[in-house]
Amino acid sequence: MSATPTIAFDAARCDGCGHCMNACVSAKSSDAHRAQPRIQILRDDESGRWGIAQCRQCGDPRCASVCPAAALEKGDDGIVAWDGERCVNCLICTAGCTFGGIAFSAAEGHVVKCDQCEGAPQCVAACTRGALRYVTTANLYNRWGDLEDLFVPGLGGCQGCNTELIMRHTLRRVGSNTVLATPPGCIPGMGSVGYNGMLGCKVPVFHPLLTNTASMLTGIRRQYKRKGRNVTALALAGDGGAGDVGFQSLSGAAERGEQILFICVDNEGYMNTGAQRSGSTTYGAWTATTPIGESARGKTQDAKNLPLLMMWHGCEYVATASTAFMEDFYAKLEAALDASQRGFAYLHLYSPCTSGWRFPSASNIEVARKAVETNFAVLWEYRRDQGLKLSRDIEDPAPVTEYLKLLGKFRHLDATQIAHIERHVAEQAQVLRELARMHPREGRQVVGHQSDLMAVDLDQ
Amino acid sequence: MEQFDYVVLGASHAALEALRAIRAHDSDGSIAVLDREARLPVSPTVLPYVVSGKRPEDRIALRERGWFDDLRVDYRQQAHAAALDSAHSRLRLADGSEIGYGKLLLATGAAPAVPPIAGLSDVRFHVLRTLDDALALREAGRSAGRAVVLGAGLVGMHAAENLARAGARVTIIEMRDQVLPGYFDATAAARIQAAFHDNGVEVLTGRRVERVAPRAGGCTVQLDGGDPCDADLLLVAAGVRPEVSYLAGSGVAVERGVVVDAFMRSTAANVWAAGDVVQTPSFFGDATPAGGILPDAVEQGRTAGMSMAGDPGVQAYPGGVSLNTYGFFGRRALSVGRDAPQQGGADWEVLVRGGEGSDAYLKIVLRDGRLQGVFGVDVLFDPGIMWELILRRVELGARAKALLEDPQDAARALMSGLWR
Ligand SMILES: Cc1cc2nc3c(=O)[nH]c(=O)nc-3n(C[C@H](O)[C@H](O)[C@H](O)COP(=O)(O)OP(=O)(O)OC[C@H]3O[C@@H](n4cnc5c(N)ncnc54)[C@H](O)[C@@H]3O)c2cc1C
Ligand code: SF4
Ligand code: SF4
Repeated sequence: MSATPTIAFDAARCDGCGHCMNACVSAKSSDAHRAQPRIQILRDDESGRWGIAQCRQCGDPRCASVCPAAALEKGDDGIVAWDGERCVNCLICTAGCTFGGIAFSAAEGHVVKCDQCEGAPQCVAACTRGALRYVTTANLYNRWGDLEDLFVPGLGGCQGCNTELIMRHTLRRVGSNTVLATPPGCIPGMGSVGYNGMLGCKVPVFHPLLTNTASMLTGIRRQYKRKGRNVTALALAGDGGAGDVGFQSLSGAAERGEQILFICVDNEGYMNTGAQRSGSTTYGAWTATTPIGESARGKTQDAKNLPLLMMWHGCEYVATASTAFMEDFYAKLEAALDASQRGFAYLHLYSPCTSGWRFPSASNIEVARKAVETNFAVLWEYRRDQGLKLSRDIEDPAPVTEYLKLLGKFRHLDATQIAHIERHVAEQAQVLRELARMHPREGRQVVGHQSDLMAVDLDQ
Repeated sequence: MEQFDYVVLGASHAALEALRAIRAHDSDGSIAVLDREARLPVSPTVLPYVVSGKRPEDRIALRERGWFDDLRVDYRQQAHAAALDSAHSRLRLADGSEIGYGKLLLATGAAPAVPPIAGLSDVRFHVLRTLDDALALREAGRSAGRAVVLGAGLVGMHAAENLARAGARVTIIEMRDQVLPGYFDATAAARIQAAFHDNGVEVLTGRRVERVAPRAGGCTVQLDGGDPCDADLLLVAAGVRPEVSYLAGSGVAVERGVVVDAFMRSTAANVWAAGDVVQTPSFFGDATPAGGILPDAVEQGRTAGMSMAGDPGVQAYPGGVSLNTYGFFGRRALSVGRDAPQQGGADWEVLVRGGEGSDAYLKIVLRDGRLQGVFGVDVLFDPGIMWELILRRVELGARAKALLEDPQDAARALMSGLWR
């Protein structure tokens, strides 16, 4: 079964205007009858919030399971379709559905439900407040699902870690014409380089030192080029291997404009060796080397903003991404891959660490989402010729404490420390806001320099 | 002897849902589904619509053969279970063949209960559970001048309406003093009964059949202390009994149905049961009627299937909540959950709107501010949402009033906030 599009509802954005319902009535009415809207927006007076009743096109539709006439069936297009020729009007489907997704319409004389208007939902088109979204992410997952998984089954990550998701999805897209570098860290720990002499992936993979990933990839990429072969040079590194120990080689390669796709999976520390602090560890966070005790209260320095540092190198492409926003990640991976054929592309992925940050293994995506929604991790994208663009609105973020309270590594924070983090998050957001405001003209270089020529020179 | 990892007995709602659940977790295990019928599975619930002629019998199959093929399930018709030997994990079929199983699901449903009425075995009477029953009843209904229906439960009421529509003069006889006992209170039942009366159906409640006797072309039904009434067609719709005839001496404990735990395991090792064949515990933990309905069969089937396949996502079956969507003469009555007991006490609250003569009736029952039951005639709401609110023991608080005013919108708004 493949995943399919859904209509998502954001109660916080809904003001109950009812345009969606009217649009539905227009779309579904005929000369014979005025249709009952297949989407209902309703107010819960107790909470003061708007709610929705609309079919979710369940993967496992209960309405269909309980239908005694086999009149409901989920099709390959994802729509749970109703067959009027078979329906006997028993209404048992309305007992099976817990969303109010299928209901009797007196005007029409039978049960009615949403069919997403053949891929162009009219309710979504009519919503001016962004409360309804037609989410087609599922199509992307299906497309990705069709690509070959180039990691072997059975990577040994911690339960609930999103790194496996990042690795597999990335390599599926980047494809088999790749040389992969995975410096010491969680990624080889999970088995990218294999066990017992067996490879962990189906592309050439190597295990550089923590310090020289970008240099080794530089050499490999150039050597292939010299031999007339264009391969993608891909690094999957942790934040330590990228931003601390590995920074000199990374910085050098970026500055030279090497044609490399460098992906940093940032879990804010040296997690596979027992959760030591790194340059990316948040101020105040507990780690094995920034313990909590009578006087020690976690890390005493702010994290450095590695993606911004990379941007100042004038790379071809730099972006931040999160596994809570896969559509955005996919689009950025696409752009980064493309840019890596011209110069240095750097992708920074937030990777909440279930073991080291101390949160339940089921909450990884939740944590990742909160980080973004609180501006703790801002999603943006930089192209050398267009400057920095924010990927989502950062005005009106959720309070940072909503993020902090999810994580055990922050449990000890006192009010001063929280205020410090809040200030830091606000400052970082302000810097990005300013950068995004520069609105450069298309095609003009904003930061950085032209490095292709030199790279070519050295190739000779 | 043939051997399968899973054997499922029956091919109706409980069985089909279990199959899906098993395959969702175990993609390789061998599965056989054995149905006694010689045709594709048909839901008992759809039969009234076959009797009425609304649906032709060749357009009602729950699944086509291809569905079983796609799941790689060995689906067999005319495979009638005759005896179970759970000690040796072996099943004997009516044709004498034997089949071994790793895990077995009993989903053989129920059969019509035939009440001990003097003379009943000497007359021709109808029941309604299988497609054959429905076809026979449809045929007989075409020519019946006078029809008598024993029992005013859902089956009897549905059939009575169909027979009346087909032109018969129909009398319904119910032992208890209202129609649809257990599903609706007396006020609601009276509204429904009035509709039958308006459509020319005679409903006799609080009456008992003493005896039936054959008569040329039909039978005579003798009521307690009353005139005998003649019938060309007699339909017995006096409830159901679990289909457990093949379980004698099997090691599977049977009381009012197969005894199961919260994961639908029977008392015999490697034997599960789900649906109408089971003695369904009430969600409320009291004597409220539970089970015997389609949504429960599906829930139990899923629970059993997941448990059989060892799916770690399986959750304990919460117990049955009565749930009915009943259509009569183009109108609708809905019931979910339980009514308040006679001597309820202060923790119970009953909200009612629409008495006699009003255009709709609605009753909402709460205990400690939590929804216990919703009963409506000519009022629409989403029974599925009410069911969920009951199962989740959601505290309604001040929302109870809104629920009484507009049960559909108020419950939807509340539920929407509870889903994420
Ligand atoms: C006329 C009528 C109307 C109804 N209306 C409603 C309604 O409106 N709402 C509602 O919720 N419920 C209704 N019900 C009840 C509902 O149909 C049942 O609850 C539901 O069908 C139970 O499903 P099940 O899978 O447990 O059993 P069943 O549907 O009874 O299926 C039993 C299966 O087992 C097979 N079988 C039986 N014995 C053997 C054997 N020895 N060997 C092999 N196979 C065997 C049968 O062929 C069948 O496939 C109605 C029932 C009837 C009869
Ligand atoms: S009607 Fe309800 S149960 Fe059916 S697919 Fe839609 S949301 Fe799911
Ligand atoms: S009302 Fe129609 S679609 Fe719904 S359960 Fe009954 S037959 Fe199926």
